[in-house]
Amino acid sequence: MTDTTNTYVKTASLEERRSLQKKRYASERKFKYLGLGAILVSLGFLVMLLMTIVGNGIPAFTYNYVKLPIDLTKVDPEKPEKANYGKFVKSAIADAIPYMSDRKGKRLARGLVSGGAAIDVRNQVVGDVSMAGQNADVEVPVSDFADLYLKGLTAKPILTKPDAAIKVSDVEGDVDVTLSAAVFDEFLARVKETISSEASRLNTRMANLQLSLDNQREIAANSQDTLAVESAKKSITSLEAQLAGFKTKFDALIVRRNNTAAREVLDTSMPSLLLKVGGGVVKITEVEGMSAKGEVIIPLEQKEASAGEWQMQEILEAEENRKFSDKEVAVVDRLVAEGRIENRLNTIFFKKGASREPELAGIWGAVVGSFFTMIITLALSFPLGVAAAIYLEEFAPKNKFTSIIEVNINNLAAVPSIVFGLLGLAVFLNFFELPRSAPLVGGMVLALMTLPTIIIASRAALKAVPPSIREAALGVGASKIQAVFHHVLPLAMPGILTGTIIGMAQALGETAPLLMIGMVAFVVDVPAGIFDPATVLPVQIYMWADFPEPGFQQKTAAAIMVLLGFLILMNAIAVLLRKKFERRW
Amino acid sequence: MDAMNTKRQEDAVNKMVQNEIKMSGKDVCVSYGEKQALFDVNLDIPAKQVTALIGPSGCGKSTFLRCLNRMNDTIDICKVSGDIRLDDQDIYDHDIDVVELRARVGMVFQKPNPFPKSIFENVGYGPKIHGLVRSKSDLEEVVVKSLQRAGLFEEIKDRLHEPGTGLSGGQQQRLCIARAIAVSPEVILMDEPCSALDPIATAKVEELIDELRENYTIVIVTHSMQQAARVSQQTAMFHLGKLVEVDETDTIFTNPSNQKTQDYITGRYG
Ligand SMILES: Nc1ncnc2c1ncn2[C@@H]1O[C@H](COP(=O)(O)OP(=O)(O)O)[C@@H](O)[C@H]1O
Ligand SMILES: [Mg+2]
Repeated sequence: MTDTTNTYVKTASLEERRSLQKKRYASERKFKYLGLGAILVSLGFLVMLLMTIVGNGIPAFTYNYVKLPIDLTKVDPEKPEKANYGKFVKSAIADAIPYMSDRKGKRLARGLVSGGAAIDVRNQVVGDVSMAGQNADVEVPVSDFADLYLKGLTAKPILTKPDAAIKVSDVEGDVDVTLSAAVFDEFLARVKETISSEASRLNTRMANLQLSLDNQREIAANSQDTLAVESAKKSITSLEAQLAGFKTKFDALIVRRNNTAAREVLDTSMPSLLLKVGGGVVKITEVEGMSAKGEVIIPLEQKEASAGEWQMQEILEAEENRKFSDKEVAVVDRLVAEGRIENRLNTIFFKKGASREPELAGIWGAVVGSFFTMIITLALSFPLGVAAAIYLEEFAPKNKFTSIIEVNINNLAAVPSIVFGLLGLAVFLNFFELPRSAPLVGGMVLALMTLPTIIIASRAALKAVPPSIREAALGVGASKIQAVFHHVLPLAMPGILTGTIIGMAQALGETAPLLMIGMVAFVVDVPAGIFDPATVLPVQIYMWADFPEPGFQQKTAAAIMVLLGFLILMNAIAVLLRKKFERRW
Repeated sequence: MDAMNTKRQEDAVNKMVQNEIKMSGKDVCVSYGEKQALFDVNLDIPAKQVTALIGPSGCGKSTFLRCLNRMNDTIDICKVSGDIRLDDQDIYDHDIDVVELRARVGMVFQKPNPFPKSIFENVGYGPKIHGLVRSKSDLEEVVVKSLQRAGLFEEIKDRLHEPGTGLSGGQQQRLCIARAIAVSPEVILMDEPCSALDPIATAKVEELIDELRENYTIVIVTHSMQQAARVSQQTAMFHLGKLVEVDETDTIFTNPSNQKTQDYITGRYG
């Protein structure tokens, strides 16, 4: 025997084996690093995703409220809901912001408070009737843009205390500002930068125009088609005019930029400069190193201040590019200084249903909707799925019919979820005429979707129970049912539960099938039962993501966080259940 | 002379009593789908004795054993024909309750397979589902007695409520025997009960089998000739699905009438 091996197998030399070994080690190392790299990349993406979501969402968990001195003396404690709260709030705003006294100013002041403030006050008074008939300080939500500003998400200001004394020519109206040192220089430089970047933007546009001009000229010169030549000539004249206009603008900008010390007029495309001086606010309209012209937004008490006693507030984002004007900034800052603004937990977000106003929109309606829907889904899919799995795995005869069923269940798991939505629409809504938008129907549709997952997971779990356990039970005279329910099922339970929770987590994050059965409806009330119109978390997120208001963008991220929170919770439960039920055999 | 005669007569009577037939198979044929695994097996199993089934791998020993408590029912493709009787009653008869049959004919498997539950629950499970006990104290008594009979009680009496899967292999197998005898079966089937055990554990189980013979009829499949010789009174030799020879163990091992048996027990094949 040994002879044959020696004769027929040519043994590799030592060097050959060495190099083979080296290659093997190298490829193993390479594979290891590839795997590690893959994990790191996916981890990186995950962290990035989480950070953006958390970073965007966290601000939405708190909200800013403004304390208004509301005159509730005219409210009848017997019928607190019957009063004109809109008027009360209006006059309270005028009282709290007296320096905005003209029509425009009053409108601006009212815009800083949420449009739902009156309703909120009414709800508060109805909830606590003792407030009626009194003068009360009532907290109401600020408008969504004021909230964004207060959270530093729009019109982010830079505050400095310049080292120079200041003199303002008047306490209100248009004023001249003079300084003891050129502390505006730095701001002026920033304005020049803005001019310069605008000039370069203009330059690229000019280059583009020049290109199309050349193009048209070429056509005019070479084309045989008289019609084309005609139209080319027309566009040449208009393009030339445009280009000339741009050119003059560009030249003017360049002159302004090059003349670094020259006075600049600040329009809405420039950075803003507000001066907080002598108890009021001046918005600068023309600026130079040591002097400026401005407009008083909030009247001053003193016309002079020494170095360190006044503040410069720069907002680099051009006023025309933001939804929060300099005046609004000044007023909100004043309210903060007066201690009227408070940032606290956003109870509206956690307690209320949907709303068109971002500051009044809450997640609670969707959470309750999701809860009801999940209850229905669980109640339907768990018993059905587990029963089906037990039957198929333990009792069903192995024949063509059962194998067809098996294949189809596996296929069902791969069916796109929206198809289940269509099925729900056709069967549950149109045929059985169940209510639209109800958690009942949503739960039923999601149960259909979850069933295959649960069945497959449960069958795998049952299959994983060693046959020796079944034999042992049957061997002592247990019936088949007893063997399954006393021994096999408990051992399979962790796997079944894990599969169920994974299925439920899938269902919790599902949007498409619910859109089909109308759960995308705009539902303001928190649903009270499984027949009420409702929406669910992912659909709510989908809807909010569609709204343009930045307030809703925050809410979207916050709602995603809530959804993720629930998913993490469910997965944690799955892990715990696994641990608890896990047994060795 | 007279005395001697009476002695002989007594022996004969004893032998007859001893040889009372507990189970019997007549013309037993078993097939798995297309493949026939047993051909016309005729075997009587005497009461309160140990019958050993020997033969090379795949010759149908387990198949025959599993016919005796209808464990083959669980295999869809397995078809059994012929006549198998327990106390002269056909166990494949329609009105036989398999559950009750398996309570009367218990089984111990090749690999110890305790339930992943406590020792107490393992042994108590059978009596509980068959309603053999009225009260908790009854159950405790049955469990303790069964464990004592299986020779396990002394070793594990402080660990009754610990998992049965935590015991050593030999202890687990004895636990399975205790579990089988807890339902007071009449026959115990053992399919290579020692093949997964070390020699010391094997010796203990063999000793136990020898003791159990007093109260139970035992059928044991074994691969070890020595084991068959040590524990059994009757030995049946299977080959390629056929029963080749059956006789008292002493006879088989000293003077087999079949050449195949001779070859097998002398280790020429298998
Ligand atoms: N579940 C089964 N399905 C199909 N064939 C089986 C099954 N169990 C046993 N067999 C076949 O039956 C024959 C006898 O097997 P078995 O009784 O287990 O042999 P032994 O226990 O003597 O080693 C073997 O050929 C085996 O392949
Ligand atoms: Mg076998």
